Amino acid sequence: MTRDPQTRQPAYLLEVTGVHKAFGPVVALKNAEFCLRRGSIHALCGGNGAGKSTFLSILMGFIRPDGGDIFINGERCEFHHPKEALKAGVAIVQQELSAIPDLTVAENIWLGREPKRFGFVDFTTLNQRTTALLKELDFQISATEKMRNLSVAEQQLVEIAKALSHANADIIIMDEPTSAIGEEDAQKIFQTIKRLAEKGKGIIYVSHRLSEIFQIADSYTIFRDGAYINEGFIADITREQLIEYIIGGEYDSEFAKFNQPGDEVMMEVSNLRWRHKIKDISLHLKRGEILGIYGLIGSGRSEFLDLVFGVQHADSGTIRLGEKTLDRHSPKESIDCGIAYVTEDRKETGLVLCRSVSENINISSFNDISRAGFINEKREQERAKEMIARFNVKTPDGEQIVGNLSGGNQQKVVLGRWALLDPDVLLLDEPTRGIDVGAKKEIYRFMSEFALKNKGIIMVSSELAEIIGMSDRILVFRDGQIAGELSAADATQAELMKLAV
Amino acid sequence: MNGTHSLTPGMSFFTRNKRRMHKYGIIIAFFVLCLIVALIGEYQVSQGAWSSNYFLSNENMLIVLRQVSINGILAIGMTFVIITAGVDLSVGSVLALSGIVAARFATTNAGLSIGDTATAVMVPMIIALGIGIVCGLINGTILARYRLQPFIVTMGMLSAARGLTMLTTGGNPVSQLNSDFRWLGNGYMAGIPLPVIIFLVLFGLAWLLLNKTIFGRYVYAVGGNPKSARTSGINVVRIKVLVYTLCAALAGIAGLILTARTGSAQTNAGAGYELDAIAAVVIGGTSMAGGVGTLVGTLFGVLIIGVMNNGLDLLGVQSYYQQIIKGALIVVAVLLDPSRKQQRD
Repeated sequence: MTRDPQTRQPAYLLEVTGVHKAFGPVVALKNAEFCLRRGSIHALCGGNGAGKSTFLSILMGFIRPDGGDIFINGERCEFHHPKEALKAGVAIVQQELSAIPDLTVAENIWLGREPKRFGFVDFTTLNQRTTALLKELDFQISATEKMRNLSVAEQQLVEIAKALSHANADIIIMDEPTSAIGEEDAQKIFQTIKRLAEKGKGIIYVSHRLSEIFQIADSYTIFRDGAYINEGFIADITREQLIEYIIGGEYDSEFAKFNQPGDEVMMEVSNLRWRHKIKDISLHLKRGEILGIYGLIGSGRSEFLDLVFGVQHADSGTIRLGEKTLDRHSPKESIDCGIAYVTEDRKETGLVLCRSVSENINISSFNDISRAGFINEKREQERAKEMIARFNVKTPDGEQIVGNLSGGNQQKVVLGRWALLDPDVLLLDEPTRGIDVGAKKEIYRFMSEFALKNKGIIMVSSELAEIIGMSDRILVFRDGQIAGELSAADATQAELMKLAV
Repeated sequence: MNGTHSLTPGMSFFTRNKRRMHKYGIIIAFFVLCLIVALIGEYQVSQGAWSSNYFLSNENMLIVLRQVSINGILAIGMTFVIITAGVDLSVGSVLALSGIVAARFATTNAGLSIGDTATAVMVPMIIALGIGIVCGLINGTILARYRLQPFIVTMGMLSAARGLTMLTTGGNPVSQLNSDFRWLGNGYMAGIPLPVIIFLVLFGLAWLLLNKTIFGRYVYAVGGNPKSARTSGINVVRIKVLVYTLCAALAGIAGLILTARTGSAQTNAGAGYELDAIAAVVIGGTSMAGGVGTLVGTLFGVLIIGVMNNGLDLLGVQSYYQQIIKGALIVVAVLLDPSRKQQRD
């Protein structure tokens, strides 16, 4: 799709043509096309490594393209520095929150651009400006509140306010703005995004959650393998078609579920209590079962998994696994009993990012390949290779530093580590967060295969479709208690939400 | 999805080259330094200042090695500690305490019925090692169990162990050590000074420990991300206690050798040695942020500091200038380290 600059439609707020970029011998982006209209919410779709990040970095002036043109309001732009992109009206809402917790909302928004009087920060003007900005956006947040006291969703709203505080921000990039928040808070952010679009801003929306795209976006552009694939209106495409474009292949189903729960109870938790977060939770897990736990942030869902695995110790209650009772146990003891835990945040609590893929895969099972403390390095490499192949981890070799891999591949490294241990119970917290459709399915397939071997999975997820699509039974957590139990066959999204709030 | 790897190989291309540069950069730097010192020596010979290039003589090389062996032994332990994202400021004081207590069992009138060389050497050695281990256990247990900053806890030990050293002898040095014991610091084996042999043997053992054992892998994991290490089933507290114990035990051995070499134990021995050990580790490319570093790097870090001191001595540079140059070298080395995380703002 090439366009003659002479016949360019002025209706486009942003138009990108033929942009390409290579890093050394590797082409990250070839011939990228992108058109954004005023008042449009435009989804940028693609798997990990599709070139989305490179494209956004070019738009924001972080990296310079090797060729191609960027037009904003019909005017050709070239950014040498992020500041120039901001000046031209491109603002981003960062995926990761970057707020300084002990500064106020106002101070965070205007960080480095504070209004000054006699060389001192003019707090009166600062707070007035912020209050006006928040009011205009209809955010119920106080300008003088410390960031520390805000919820994650509120912090995300502040990030949006910050992006809009740049005088002429017309093009707003939202890079997975909901990845850290629950469904309910996400709705708040969607309303804000829609309002911004109504005001004539152009929104570039990036998310791996397809339901979100269909809920709020009006048009889409798809990248795959660094190249432009397709664009169009959301109204004209089905979810299945979109997935096919993204993965570049035939689509059969989003989930891969083929396990059958048995009757034998393998794990039983009774009357678990912990501080004020977990209030009397009892549940059981059967062999061959995938037990889904749904709940909003703060419902105690992640804390529950932490308690089962022994990251935290419960104040009271019992956890029974077969004949064993786990009490004040360490993660190591849990692992020895056959429990594995894929944590919510793989970067913070799952992987050692500065070490190699191989080390991260082997780290929990060195005892199996050692004698007198000395590691059989040949076996170590073999086992890493085995898991890399089994989970289809995209890495040049086992020596690669894990922090250099994409999110989906990092998650597969975590799964590979636990697969080596062959556990009986797998605890999964948001197993597919930030992971593209293709890799998601590989993870789903692993889950089904795992359960099929007469083992059990407890999965926490805030993605309703995933919970319903993969679980056999669903428990809804609310305020540290179980608000209800549904069989996956009967569960609907509305019902789950109703129980959760 | 086939395209998923499109970015990764590029990254690995750079990181792998970076890794390789990191591995050999320090060795190249060392030989460049030697070359510079040797060339200056040659120039002076040609000017008739000396009859031969003393820097390159076997005698001088052994002197350099012997000089660096104390710092080298401390730097081995410090490497483990810094890889766990910690630091041990107490090694200089622990060295002094071990040295002085060991010396009291090594005087000519120690009161022990010392029969043979073996006991004359073994008794002080076990005592020095024991004191190191106790100090390290205290450091490690307090900082790991109560999650205190290693800087603070080991600074406490730095002061306490020094005080204890003074207290042991009322501030007086211990001298008149028996000759068997002094052999530890002054003897030779196959023409190589004993301290050098001890250093190299300890280095070899430590290298095996860090690179070939489960413990070594755990040390890196604990330093890289303690939370992930814990959820991976590693007993983080235990690893930290062991690492600080190892570091202080090595400081004990260093104290023993220093005492044997100088023939007396001074209460102010080892003051400031912790900084030289940290410098060697950092020059060797180990990150203070933890999780990354090698013992081979540390070895060359130790040698670079040693050759520089030696070279500047031979060139007759005043020791005040030497300190300034060493300070600059530490900062420049870290600045140029290609493995340093490329983080802006």
